Amino acid sequence: MARIAHLLRQFRLAFLASCLAAGAPVMAGAPADPLASPIWAHRLAEVLGPSADVRVDPRLKLLVPVVTEDQRSFPVLVDGRALAAVQRLIVLVDLNPLPVPLDLDLPDAEPFVALRIRLDQRTPVRALAQLADGTWVAHGVWVDAAGGGCSLPPVSRARADWAQGLGQAQARAFVDSDGGVRLRARLRHPMDTGFVADAPLYHLDRLDVRDAQGRPLARARIQASLAEDPVLTLKPRARPGDTLVVEAVDTGGIRYAAKAAVPAVALQTAGR
Amino acid sequence: MIRGADSRMNRANAGAIANIGILGTSAGAVVIDAGTSLGQGRAIRAAAERLAGGRIARVYVTHLHPDHSYGIAAFDPAVVATTAPVLVSLRSGLAAYADGLYRLLGAAMTGTEPTLPGTVVADGVEDIGGRRLRLLTLAGHSAVDLVVLDEVTGTLFAGDLVFHGRAPATPDAQLDRWRAALDRLLTLGHRRVVPGHGPVDPTPDTAIRQTRAWLDWLERTFHEAAARGLSLAEVGELPIPEPLATLAEARYELQRSAVHLYPGVEQRALGPVQRAP
Repeated sequence: MARIAHLLRQFRLAFLASCLAAGAPVMAGAPADPLASPIWAHRLAEVLGPSADVRVDPRLKLLVPVVTEDQRSFPVLVDGRALAAVQRLIVLVDLNPLPVPLDLDLPDAEPFVALRIRLDQRTPVRALAQLADGTWVAHGVWVDAAGGGCSLPPVSRARADWAQGLGQAQARAFVDSDGGVRLRARLRHPMDTGFVADAPLYHLDRLDVRDAQGRPLARARIQASLAEDPVLTLKPRARPGDTLVVEAVDTGGIRYAAKAAVPAVALQTAGR
Repeated sequence: MIRGADSRMNRANAGAIANIGILGTSAGAVVIDAGTSLGQGRAIRAAAERLAGGRIARVYVTHLHPDHSYGIAAFDPAVVATTAPVLVSLRSGLAAYADGLYRLLGAAMTGTEPTLPGTVVADGVEDIGGRRLRLLTLAGHSAVDLVVLDEVTGTLFAGDLVFHGRAPATPDAQLDRWRAALDRLLTLGHRRVVPGHGPVDPTPDTAIRQTRAWLDWLERTFHEAAARGLSLAEVGELPIPEPLATLAEARYELQRSAVHLYPGVEQRALGPVQRAP
């Protein structure tokens, strides 16, 4: 029995490999994947286009915990400040059915974002950063996870109070110890993936951060694999006294808006 | 006592991470907690029978977490007991762990089915074969946590309300109730503590105070982090001060606890709810 199972497994792997080799677009600029993801070339072509120039560089920092405690809300931090002039950041989850929880343009913000994502299974999680010359830098890690992050009902659906939170947002600005500004926003939304019976795809779609004059600082395109009740942490370029404006809209047209005043100084905390 | 491994569950330890208490009485063995799997439960039963003359008089289950409860099926349900509030929590929560355990532990889980205790006991003293065992239902580590005090030796079997040398786990914790439970434990007049995880504490209060220190630090740290605007990922990387940093699995449990507890703390720190005009 064990031998038959082994042969079957070998056959399946060979079959999968031949399918991928036949079906995946060949990318001129795709580097070999250090994570050996089964669908790296396919995902890169899908997300960045067939001719993107991509290289792997661990200076694009990706911070994740050692354990997936909740596959519906897995913390990720991407920090591209060690790279020059990053203009766009993408979080790519190869084996999620919705592989791009966040795609972030950075007209006037540091290349930094923290978020929580859904993990539908064990998968590579990656950061992709586009530089000013249009080329891309990638860095990723395999993350183990129990299945179902995209297919379990959201907590607010189980509680049946999801509709009451729609349109509710919180935002607060902070001054970091390095003098930079940090903006945190929390938006109430079930982020329905469409993979739960009787709950069609319904999610926050766009989020914009502007200054008080309406100048864009950051702009996000969002998929439903961003965790329920999204909390985003960004570093827009702003100064003490500025007002930051967060606006978002979901796929049903529900609008969100919240303002945050940048405080005068970094908050001092006891014992640090 | 059968010592659990002071680490996270994995295939190497087959999930046997919780301490198991065994007491001898003239009526047979008393066992505190049942282990993670049918196989581990059977091994516990065999060890208890060997140590205490061939029969099991009582198995107490302290709370619903699977490292303490999934071995119940190895025992005669009639001898497996817990208090009514713990039984309620087992009834609603036990089954949910099965998929995760099978995925994590594989073959070590073979034949294991979540099983409920067959006997309900009340708080107070239960006399088993001349051995007076005081039962007390508290809460905080999970929704309900039972502790067992062996009055003959002054040994407190504290379940997971007390961790020793190993960072506490908080997946179902309510910190205020947990702290109140620890305060109560300090008043019981016991001599030593068998914690849910980690070595026996030969003193009445060292492990209790260590557990308390971790919980206090965790809560203070999360509030300070929320006031500074840290993200969940950054909270998991915060420095852990001595002596808490020396606890086994300190980083792992900090990162788990951040997922359990930080979202609620940061929500309160992010200011009033705003709406589009």
